[in-house]
Amino acid sequence: MWIVPRIWKFTDSINTDDILPGKYAPYMVGEDVFQNYAFAHLRADFASNMQAGDILLAGKNWGLGSSREYAPKALKKLNVGAIIAQSFARIHYRNLVNLGIPAFTSYKAYGLFNDSENVSFDYKNAVLSSANHEIRLEPVPRFLQESLELGSVLEYYKKYRRFPSEDIG
Amino acid sequence: MNTALTLAEQILSYKAAKTVLADEIVVVEVDQVMIVDSIAPDVIRIINEDLGGEIKFPEKISIVIDHVSPASNIEVAKAQKQAREFAQKHAIKLFDVGRGICHQLLIEEKRAKPGEIILGSDSHSTTYGAVSAFGTGMGASDIAMAASSGKTWLKVPKTVKVNFLGKKKKNVYAKDIALEMIRQLTADGATYASIEYHGLEDFSLSERMTMANLAVEAGAKVGLIPVSGLLLNDYNVPDWLFVDKDANYFKEIEIDISKIESVVAAPSFVDNVQTVKSIQNKKVDQVFVGSCTNGRLDDLHIVADILKNKKVAEGTRLLVIPASSKVLEEAVADGTFASLLASGAIFATPGCGPCMGRHMGILAPDEVCVSTTNRNFIGRMGSAQSEVFLASPATAAYTALRGFISGGENA
Repeated sequence: MWIVPRIWKFTDSINTDDILPGKYAPYMVGEDVFQNYAFAHLRADFASNMQAGDILLAGKNWGLGSSREYAPKALKKLNVGAIIAQSFARIHYRNLVNLGIPAFTSYKAYGLFNDSENVSFDYKNAVLSSANHEIRLEPVPRFLQESLELGSVLEYYKKYRRFPSEDIG
Repeated sequence: MNTALTLAEQILSYKAAKTVLADEIVVVEVDQVMIVDSIAPDVIRIINEDLGGEIKFPEKISIVIDHVSPASNIEVAKAQKQAREFAQKHAIKLFDVGRGICHQLLIEEKRAKPGEIILGSDSHSTTYGAVSAFGTGMGASDIAMAASSGKTWLKVPKTVKVNFLGKKKKNVYAKDIALEMIRQLTADGATYASIEYHGLEDFSLSERMTMANLAVEAGAKVGLIPVSGLLLNDYNVPDWLFVDKDANYFKEIEIDISKIESVVAAPSFVDNVQTVKSIQNKKVDQVFVGSCTNGRLDDLHIVADILKNKKVAEGTRLLVIPASSKVLEEAVADGTFASLLASGAIFATPGCGPCMGRHMGILAPDEVCVSTTNRNFIGRMGSAQSEVFLASPATAAYTALRGFISGGENA
């Protein structure tokens, strides 16, 4: 059965402790189960109720705080479809792209879509649409697109033995 | 005529062997890769499984067991054992349990020097900017690739210049000044940018570490303080690294230090900065003095002086964790340790302690902690219903004495 993705709507300033609290790091609880604690403090129903492909929609400064790659890794293990935010914190954005999690910037999308709303997402063209709205998002910078497509920066590095940015300039 | 460059542009231009400006992307060799215990399992797995087990410059790597130190459960103990074995196999410098916090150790051991690039698997790697090193935090994949290849890619950050003027009032410390800076910039006011700190010539190395440490709480990639004052006795500054007045800053702010009072960052954002005076009758269950932000000898001195011949308030716990074994040894040697014990402080093993809520002082629901650390997010130090107020060591000490949030102004 094809499951229609839904929106999980978050506020501004969702930090890495919100995404995965430090006490539930794989280092503490084990590699197999840590993803079940995603948003444990903020939205305890997330890990059990989300479906693969669901879209996280947030305000500004998504992912501020820690460099912990296991926070986005938890989202990857849960097969989050994409993260769309008004802006991203630096280290976390790089971690998202490195892990091959589609992350798009859009100021407008936040006001157009509601929590729980069903949507469809065209990854290739970065277009998010619901019954009422359709919006094209700012694409991932071109030099990072191939690592996203290959699944992770490590796959890119293994394939080319160079960093994504070495293609430019 | 040479182009005028910011400190960040100078460091990345030197490493790239060509002039690079903000927003350009460079691939550079790094001088040091720092790996902490909690990230080591991922880094080791990536190196072994994806990068052929190759480590190009083991002498440029440090592994530090500080985030849960000593181990709190079997999972952690296994990961630490693996990190030790990996360090030994590759002849990598290991700072084991009890040696202290990564950022403190790299600066104490001069593994971070002016003009160098230091990548850390910890967001507070901006601390190395205290000695004009380009310190920045990255996740496990980037850290593993850098540890293996000796290189990384970086976008040259644009720079926010912060000019500090005036002298501190009594009871005001570097922590108050850094928090005021974050209040003004906001938690994303320096996203992707370098913060360049000017006017801190009188600041000690420890104070500079507090200032640079908190740069990331304004979203910054790096927080660079020009080497000046007494630091010139201890550090050689390369001749290409200097403050160029004509450099291109994308934002410039001025902060009058003499107007700053004791402040706290109230729950649950670091830029939610309020004066201590404005917070009335807030009962505190735990006071924590420690961390890479404020766990150094001068911080312990400030607390011991305020508590001298006095006792911590009944019903309040004062937990002190020195930032390194060296800080602990010095505090023992100069009587600070005994003085704090006599006042009722509890000590624990040098390391990160309860800062990120894993061990050594977890908070119960409804408990309140005044902490000299750097983050006060929901559930950061334990229960999601607990509260963390970030403060200077002095505010922590006055609070411990009264059992309520208090600064020197209340004394």
